[in-house]
Amino acid sequence: MSSITSISALDVPRIKSDFPVFEERFDGRELAYLDSANSSQKPRQVLEGLTEFYEHSYANVHRAVYELGERATAGYEGAREKTRAFLGADSTREIIFTRNGTEALNLVAHAWGLNELGPGDVVVSTVLEHHSNFVPWQYVAERTGAEFAVIGADGNGELDLEQLDAIAGRGRVRLVAFGLISNSIGSVNPVEALIGWAREHGAVTVVDACQAAPHRTLDVASLGVDFLALTGHKMLAPSGIGVLWGRQALLNSMEPFNLGGEMIRSVTIEETTWNELPNKFEAGTPPIAQAYGLGLAIDYLTRVGLERIEAHEHDLTTYAMERLAGADGVSVLGPPAERRGGIVSFTLDSAHPHDVAQILDSHGVAVRAGHHCTQPAMDHFGISATTRASFYLYNTRTDVDRLVEALADVRATFA
Amino acid sequence: MSDLYRELILDHYKNPRNHGELDPCDAHAQGQNPLCGDDIAISMNFSGDDVSEVRFTGRGCAISQAAASMLMELVEGRSVTELAELPKEELLDEIGVPLEKNPARLKCALLSLGVLKLALHRAKGTPLPEEWAGFEER
Ligand SMILES: Cc1ncc(COP(=O)(O)O)c(C=O)c1O
Repeated sequence: MSSITSISALDVPRIKSDFPVFEERFDGRELAYLDSANSSQKPRQVLEGLTEFYEHSYANVHRAVYELGERATAGYEGAREKTRAFLGADSTREIIFTRNGTEALNLVAHAWGLNELGPGDVVVSTVLEHHSNFVPWQYVAERTGAEFAVIGADGNGELDLEQLDAIAGRGRVRLVAFGLISNSIGSVNPVEALIGWAREHGAVTVVDACQAAPHRTLDVASLGVDFLALTGHKMLAPSGIGVLWGRQALLNSMEPFNLGGEMIRSVTIEETTWNELPNKFEAGTPPIAQAYGLGLAIDYLTRVGLERIEAHEHDLTTYAMERLAGADGVSVLGPPAERRGGIVSFTLDSAHPHDVAQILDSHGVAVRAGHHCTQPAMDHFGISATTRASFYLYNTRTDVDRLVEALADVRATFA
Repeated sequence: MSDLYRELILDHYKNPRNHGELDPCDAHAQGQNPLCGDDIAISMNFSGDDVSEVRFTGRGCAISQAAASMLMELVEGRSVTELAELPKEELLDEIGVPLEKNPARLKCALLSLGVLKLALHRAKGTPLPEEWAGFEER
């Protein structure tokens, strides 16, 4: 692997020993967990840190005047600062905690989209998007009378930028939403070109970083986007926490999303005024411990080093694509390893993806089968589902070998 | 190997019984399982109160397609009222693999039975209990 020569390799056995789930045996076997694009496993550092937080520092945040409440608030706000640094953002005011990535994207769709869009406007998404970065835009376009335009892709599942001119011809391009890495086939989208194009048209950009944030370094300042969403459970954190980062000026100009406690400055029978950022967008008791857990996960990822994680996954992806290329009846979707994240999606000539996944499970190999919440992408390829293997810092080439061996059993079963 | 894929299931999957479409037919329905994308269509003809002929087409996982094929063997020659009340246990016994622990695959296994009940309901007005009603909107 030429790309990793300058970066010291991951100590995978040591990393693996941080994840208690790998001590578990399934029919006597260790788990080959190849479903981290769906949700990641959690290291002891996060699990134990959470327990400690609950045991010593838990109360509601922002409203308790006693010591415990202050500790909880410090833990929660500390996680916001870690997230700010992780994303290279200017201010913690720009870091809004949500329940998950889906809620972060919906926040923009509702608080910005429903108020800003109208007839003559064009809202752009792509055919590769996860439903959570597709359906909200389709919906706000429908509700506001704006046009919904979808950037198509080629046979490799790479976006077809030649369509951009035609899309611009349909009206005023106001918002462009796309993912950094496709969750269903793993292709890396051409971020610079898309952002350059969106800016030319004065459009707001929304980037879905749910599949990128766990695996590679992000820097919102150099990306040049306006909004970015991520989800904690795919990056070693507990479920129930997501992040929306947005430019302060935009967030300030927006209407609120959820209404209730914490997001208000003052409430009278006549009128309510909104709180400052980020509280304006965090109505109600937030996911306190989950946010704290995200901070612990960021500590862990930063300590290991995202460049090394990315290089390790690239090695596994390259290896998996080589091995699968030699496996009978397997067709891998998407671009070559150089232009993809740690995701390999494939079909098998003789068996449906759900049957494949079921038989792999009996070999202790966990993969995902289905449309991966990307039905437009499946339609694009003319299929209804794929089997998907995805890699993270705890995976090894042995996991890939076990996948390939188990696939031979699937083929034998359905021969 | 997973015990879900015993010989009989694979045999029905690879060699589906009564595969095809009756056109014209006395009753027809189609249904999908959104989770797996399984799709089953059933067409039937009646002779008096009995089902004289039945066919299915579909695509999807082995469990859904094999179960539909097995259902065909349970249906022909039986009366409409009997079939409208056919308990799912009868089909599950036929399939004969443990699905209790696997609610997702249970849905695959029972898709064809739901489509059958919908076809009977439409053609003959037999009752369609709540649990099978989900297909009707499509
Ligand atoms: C690319 C992408 N976007 C958004 C999401 C939504 O994340 P969540 O389900 O945590 O809201 C996912 C997760 O499946 C994803 O892969």
